Amino acid sequence: MLMPEPDRATLARRDEIVSALREIVPGGVIDRAEGMRVYESDGLTAYRQLPLVVVLPETTAQVAAVLRWCNAHAVKVVPRGAGTSLSGGALPLADGVLLGMARFNRVLAIDQDNRCAVVQPGVTNLGISQAVAHLGFYYAPDPSSQIACTIGGNVAENSGGVHCLKYGLTTNNVLGVEIVTIDGEVIRLGGRHLDAEGYDLLGVVIGSEGLLGVVTEVTVRILPKPATARALLIGFPTSEQAGDCVAATIAAGIIPGGMEMMDRLAIHAAEDFVHAGYPRDVEALLIVELDGPAAEVDHLIDRVAAIARGCGSVTLRISESEAERLAFWAGRKAAFPAVGRISPDYYCMDGTIPRHRLPLVLSRMREMEGQYGLRVANVFHAGDGNLHPLILYDANRPGELERAEAFGSDILRLCVEVGGVLTGEHGVGVEKRDLMGAMFSEVDLAHQQRLKCAFDPQGLLNPGKVFPTLHRCAELGRLHVSGGKLPFPDLPRF
Amino acid sequence: MILAPDDAGRLAEMVAAALADGTPLEVVGAGTKRGLGRPMQTATTLDLSRLAGVTLYEPAELVMATGAGTRLAAIEAELKAQGQMLAFEPPDYGPLYGRPAGEQTIGGVLATNLAGPRRIKAGAARDHLLGVGAVSGRGEAFKAGGRVVKNVTGYDLCKLLAGSHGTLAVMHSVTFKVLPVPEKARTILVFGLDAASAASAMAAALGSPHEVVSAAHLPAPVAARSAVDFVRAAGAAVTAVRIEGPEPSVAVRCAALRELLGLRGPVEELHSSRSSRLWAEVRDVARLLPDADAALWRLSVAPMAGPGVVEAIARDLPAECLFDWGGGLVWLAVAATGDAGAAVIRRAVDAAGGHATLVRAPEPVRAVVAPFHPQPDGLAALARRVKDGFDPRRILNPGRMAPDL
Repeated sequence: MLMPEPDRATLARRDEIVSALREIVPGGVIDRAEGMRVYESDGLTAYRQLPLVVVLPETTAQVAAVLRWCNAHAVKVVPRGAGTSLSGGALPLADGVLLGMARFNRVLAIDQDNRCAVVQPGVTNLGISQAVAHLGFYYAPDPSSQIACTIGGNVAENSGGVHCLKYGLTTNNVLGVEIVTIDGEVIRLGGRHLDAEGYDLLGVVIGSEGLLGVVTEVTVRILPKPATARALLIGFPTSEQAGDCVAATIAAGIIPGGMEMMDRLAIHAAEDFVHAGYPRDVEALLIVELDGPAAEVDHLIDRVAAIARGCGSVTLRISESEAERLAFWAGRKAAFPAVGRISPDYYCMDGTIPRHRLPLVLSRMREMEGQYGLRVANVFHAGDGNLHPLILYDANRPGELERAEAFGSDILRLCVEVGGVLTGEHGVGVEKRDLMGAMFSEVDLAHQQRLKCAFDPQGLLNPGKVFPTLHRCAELGRLHVSGGKLPFPDLPRF
Repeated sequence: MILAPDDAGRLAEMVAAALADGTPLEVVGAGTKRGLGRPMQTATTLDLSRLAGVTLYEPAELVMATGAGTRLAAIEAELKAQGQMLAFEPPDYGPLYGRPAGEQTIGGVLATNLAGPRRIKAGAARDHLLGVGAVSGRGEAFKAGGRVVKNVTGYDLCKLLAGSHGTLAVMHSVTFKVLPVPEKARTILVFGLDAASAASAMAAALGSPHEVVSAAHLPAPVAARSAVDFVRAAGAAVTAVRIEGPEPSVAVRCAALRELLGLRGPVEELHSSRSSRLWAEVRDVARLLPDADAALWRLSVAPMAGPGVVEAIARDLPAECLFDWGGGLVWLAVAATGDAGAAVIRRAVDAAGGHATLVRAPEPVRAVVAPFHPQPDGLAALARRVKDGFDPRRILNPGRMAPDL
């Protein structure tokens, strides 16, 4: 993965940059290598890079001043929350300031009657749910890193979780943000009300991977906690049958709170690790969770059980207690570390496919296993078609990382080929940057980049992420008119 | 002149030609919402009604794709046959503008980002649009999004186009999420509450674990216009909350909510057809605020702020109102004279946080009063730069949203 060539002039001005930042954020600048080491990578640990300098502002005014200074001096900025990105979204640049938002860690307001909370971006995802738990409320999106990941990072990545089929992604659960653009302008999008007029820039900022602005405040929707939740643990002799069960459940008008699938390798790894009581002699295991009013959950559990039997399930358990429900989940939640036990390293992919293409995608993945000489364990958000193939490899064996990456790229291309997308919830970052062409044409990407130009014309915020080529905004702004010349050639153009 | 492309390629050619000639285009589906936004001076209409038809419908995948010019009524009929629906409950504002009901297109609904009473649970049009094929004001065809729900690949341009009123790009094909129709729906009515008590009753219901999907408040004169007998005959204000789901669940939650709300006033229950008729009225508004000459405002504020905003406005301006979204969506009918109350209304909304849209007013009023809430300078400048990126020569619905967009 090639990152943009560091700008020598910026590197040469490091002392000047450090002292300017010290003036803006006294006591919040880290410039010694050993102090910056913790920031050198995010959740995509295969890539490491020390930043030029780290700055940890505490106020929106400081963020604005830092960005204004960097913009005026053409210095790149990489924003960072907790650094749990799995796509390298927070990977530092050698010639860029790393802007850490960890000090923005306060819950500013809890507004129960308007069912929202206003928080600073450094508050963790789980921290929001904990802050409103005493009111019987919670924040719905629940990425698996929720104890560590911050809401600011969730906004940047449009994070999902196991409950998004029913409750939506970050974008469906955020009412407003305050952002600072690279020119230091503080802009509020949305608020405690719904559907702000004008262009939906809130919708655009969510999932923009830190390329459009730095989030300094977030207003999230909070929901009353479901009265109850119960789960089914269902084993199938083939993944086709498990897939049929998922489709039949949805076709019956049932939208479960969560619907997760694991394949044989993942089931065995999880069972060996946490002894959740998973059946070992099945090819696919489904966890279906129903949540809501008790009467509804009890009613739907029976209907899902009947559907599962009709689809040929060979094992079926229904949780009769909260402890049992949590035990069903224990294996799934520990699936990644469990796979970590059976392989020195693994590489987690994140494509989404139309659900009915699952059997085809799984069988093609089996063929690729042979071709690359690497194994894959599959964990799958079955309800919404989001695949997490875990490619097992050993980084100490020369060439294996590269093989795993090539394998991963092939899987993602396959996802696009069957009508899916490159990333369901982890983001493009640096990881999938060079695959964007598999999904989008040059013209498609140019339209996305023009949005970037509206926010950050110099391309200083998080460059080298998401887009495979760095076009200059002047070049993207040029009008190409086919079939004739532009009239009024003397008019100023963009 | 009317341009009516019948495929995406032809559309791209027409936009490119308009760009070359500097011809501004009015982009319409069925044109039912032409009265929404600033009046435009465009000699050429780009009519998308021939870009119609369902191209993909996979009920088990909860996804449908259609041409942008497809009639919403046709889409809803096809969904209904499979027990599915558009969960955001798109309203039909046609009759508000003196047009027949049932004409609007899916493209028009998405471009205006409309949503009905289920908005608070299910999201707006923006939350259901998964993928788009479009031609920007640069005359270039591009696509965004995909056909799957979980997708974070690149910027979410679908959100940008939803609610952009055709000012950035012309959508020709759209892919959206569909959901099963709930097995049962019921509505609990509470009679005789004033607006503030109603807001707090609705907050209690929406904050309970009984999964309320809609909550509206109809002051007495508004309730008296309802076609639903129990509502019309109440002789008092009516507060309504709706629940949906499987039969046994609805029965239990209904009982629980009757108990919760019964503390605040006399309660009544509406079953299937009456319930759906009431919510259709709240969704489409025209019947409940029937003075065809009145100017209509649509306010979006924090739910608990709704009654206070209305009270502040009512001090200076005679107005009739209707609350949806638990109090957060306020419809106001005022006299269509002068600025149609803009100064008073926007002052009250600005104090509370939110926005006020002048949804209907005669052209001369809309020419002097910004129909869309004026934005702070920084945000307005950003919006202008976005427009520069997608439609630099201002050929798509120029001026519809703001003079410089």
